[in-house]
Amino acid sequence: MNTRLLPLYATLLICIIAYAVCVFQFPMMFSTRVAGNLLTDNAFLGIAAVGMTFVILSGGIDLSVGSVIAFTGVLLAVLITHYGIHPLIAFAIALVITTAFGASMGAVIHYLEVPAFIVTLAGMFLARGMCFVMTTDSIPVNHQFYTYLQGLYYLLPGGGRLTFIGCLMLLIFAFGIVMAHFSKFGSYIYAVGGNRTSAELMGVPVAKTTIGIYAMSGFLSGLAGIVFSLYTSAGYSLAAVGVELDTIAAVVIGGTLLTGGVGYVAGTFIGVIIQGIIQTYIVFDGTLSSWWTKIVVGILLFSFIALQRLLVLLSSKRTATLTKP
Amino acid sequence: MTEHPSLLAVEGICKSFIGFKALDSVDFAVRPGEIHALLGENGAGKSTLIKVLTGVHQPDSGVIKIDGQPVSVRDTQHAQNLGIGTVYQEVNLLPDMSVADNLFIGRQPMRFGFVNRKLMEKSARELLTQYDLHLDVSSDLSRYSVAVQQLVAIARAVDMSGRVLILDEPTASLDRHETEILFAILRKLRSRGLGIVFITHFLDQVYEICDRVTVLRNGKLAGSALTTELPKIELVSLMLGRTLAVATHNTRRDRPAPEIRQFSFKGLGRSRSIAPFDLDIGEGEVVGMAGLLGSGRTETAKVLFGIDAADTGQIHIDGDPVLIRTPQDAVACGFGLCPEDRKSDGIIGDLSVRENICLALQAHRGWFNRLSTHEQTVLADKFVKAFDIRTTDIEKPVKFLSGGNQQKVILARWLATNPRLLILDEPTRGIDVGAHAEIIALIHQLCDDGMALLVISSEIDEIVAYSSRVVVLRDRAHRGEISGDDIVPANIMRMIAAEPERASA
Repeated sequence: MNTRLLPLYATLLICIIAYAVCVFQFPMMFSTRVAGNLLTDNAFLGIAAVGMTFVILSGGIDLSVGSVIAFTGVLLAVLITHYGIHPLIAFAIALVITTAFGASMGAVIHYLEVPAFIVTLAGMFLARGMCFVMTTDSIPVNHQFYTYLQGLYYLLPGGGRLTFIGCLMLLIFAFGIVMAHFSKFGSYIYAVGGNRTSAELMGVPVAKTTIGIYAMSGFLSGLAGIVFSLYTSAGYSLAAVGVELDTIAAVVIGGTLLTGGVGYVAGTFIGVIIQGIIQTYIVFDGTLSSWWTKIVVGILLFSFIALQRLLVLLSSKRTATLTKP
Repeated sequence: MTEHPSLLAVEGICKSFIGFKALDSVDFAVRPGEIHALLGENGAGKSTLIKVLTGVHQPDSGVIKIDGQPVSVRDTQHAQNLGIGTVYQEVNLLPDMSVADNLFIGRQPMRFGFVNRKLMEKSARELLTQYDLHLDVSSDLSRYSVAVQQLVAIARAVDMSGRVLILDEPTASLDRHETEILFAILRKLRSRGLGIVFITHFLDQVYEICDRVTVLRNGKLAGSALTTELPKIELVSLMLGRTLAVATHNTRRDRPAPEIRQFSFKGLGRSRSIAPFDLDIGEGEVVGMAGLLGSGRTETAKVLFGIDAADTGQIHIDGDPVLIRTPQDAVACGFGLCPEDRKSDGIIGDLSVRENICLALQAHRGWFNRLSTHEQTVLADKFVKAFDIRTTDIEKPVKFLSGGNQQKVILARWLATNPRLLILDEPTRGIDVGAHAEIIALIHQLCDDGMALLVISSEIDEIVAYSSRVVVLRDRAHRGEISGDDIVPANIMRMIAAEPERASA
């Protein structure tokens, strides 16, 4: 068996067990309503996590995600509510800005050889600060286009709603999977994450790839911001604090190696869903503090990092003892 | 073969790095259908030359010609387009990606904007069949042995470039059988008209497969000849040469051997690193260790000092058995080691001269028994004076000192702990002639003070100048010992160049 897939299987197993436990305790959780809400509630997290998956696959990190989501939300609210711009145009403006923001962070990381951690930390403060420059209030968004998008859904059998933003997340995941495994850019990301020097010597365009990865993460953070704005109908400077850490958790729980080069976009989806299930369980239970989500996620993270280390050690031992072909 | 024009030629290449000349007007040419060995000790300029050829470095002066046409190689990708393919020493591939990905990354076949995996894997299989490799090309490269990875790297390089193939120490991590497979493929590629540059430190392999040899020494061209016209002994003397201007007369070997040798190593060895060896060193003795790069010199030092724990053998000090599994054990036994690569393993560049000198002593005393700043200053001052370490100030970061003075700082660091046995690995590499003589004088002085020294060097004249006895290494094993009046360069070179005892398969 491919040890590479082991963390992914482990994640899937945990996801199924967690869901089974929930259903066993609260049979109501076995419904398309819960499933639909799971997708809707975690849509922004999932979309941002796809971007984070690529960043981590390339051996980097992007701490600006949460701030960029908040920035997008505030920008949309200001543009739509204060300036009366049509949401579609506002969306385009937001995506252009966040993509450019991501690309410039990528350029700094590559050309100035500054660790991604530092650059994106600066990006995080910058984006959050820009929110407060625009406004310190929570601005509601009331636009008929918003109402239209929020009312778009596909009614599942059993009464569940597959909403527009839920679908968008699924679409982005599908796009991410195809890109990771069937595009040149995808193979470059794995190559840069696997061994940057080798990739460079093998003729992989490392500069373009690095900038592309952070630009994409910026774009997807912007998209997550749009989804978040649709989800909450408001723009608030202090929104989505720490979301980048939730996405990192989803990526790692999904079996992607923090050192880069190994992982699957599909795993990240399961990682997001696991976090969603825990939250749903807490809502159903009603007595537990919502901080239990963090505690369980913390425990899961620890066990997954330990599992990964173990697998890396085992596989390096196996390679060492491997005989001739 | 000589009437062929050169496929790839460099003329008068110079390349300097800060304060040191890595290549000094080097000429080098590869003809089609030849395997050309590029030899030289560490720091001779081999890697720099390769990096200039592959566009990693730009030469300061000189020309690179391909088919007689001058070209300037901009970067690695440009080199590949020009037909120069390189396989680096550490197989530079992506172990976590599939074999097919590794062969085709950057030039995957596309269909409808997506990578056409089916076609890519089919081409990968076809490509590898030429090398008699039948692999599952969709599985990870890391599943295969280093030898196979090496062949995959070669297959990629040849497929992409197809004119000149540069192999940097391809056999370093291969066993005999794997090397055979590699050589069979190289012969096949040679008959296809490729020019192959083969860097190695195994002289037997040079004679086994190479048509021509070029030797670099200290960044200069030491010589170039057809393999058939160059006896091994001459090749060795080309590589080791004579760099020491004045060989100081050695009086040490005239003295009688000490009756008791306090440090005794019996059957010490480590598989895949160094064959079991016996070594005795007495106080007041300098044992020189001669051999080519990769002969097991540094490996011996590492085993003695516990950096790589020995698999076999016993160590006795003053007749008592001791166990050395880690460098801490070695330090506790009174050993000191000045490593070969002082930049990465020895000095801590940003710390001051004082701090560098006090490091080992502080570690020796334990972290709770701190040396006061005053003690440190006194200690540092003492060594700076004793060794004539040229620095404006003992608080100056060591990285600003010259190579020779850095070396003295490392020596001082170990001497501060009063070691009984000091191992010096290439103490004079990369330092100027004046400092060279000072280090040698220091070795004499320490020995006179009753310290036991083991000195590894690739400069034979230097070894002759200070050794009481000389151990000669070859092919990762100790091959013999010379003492007394037999210690002359010719004898040592003869032993290094001697035919291996096993019949080469």
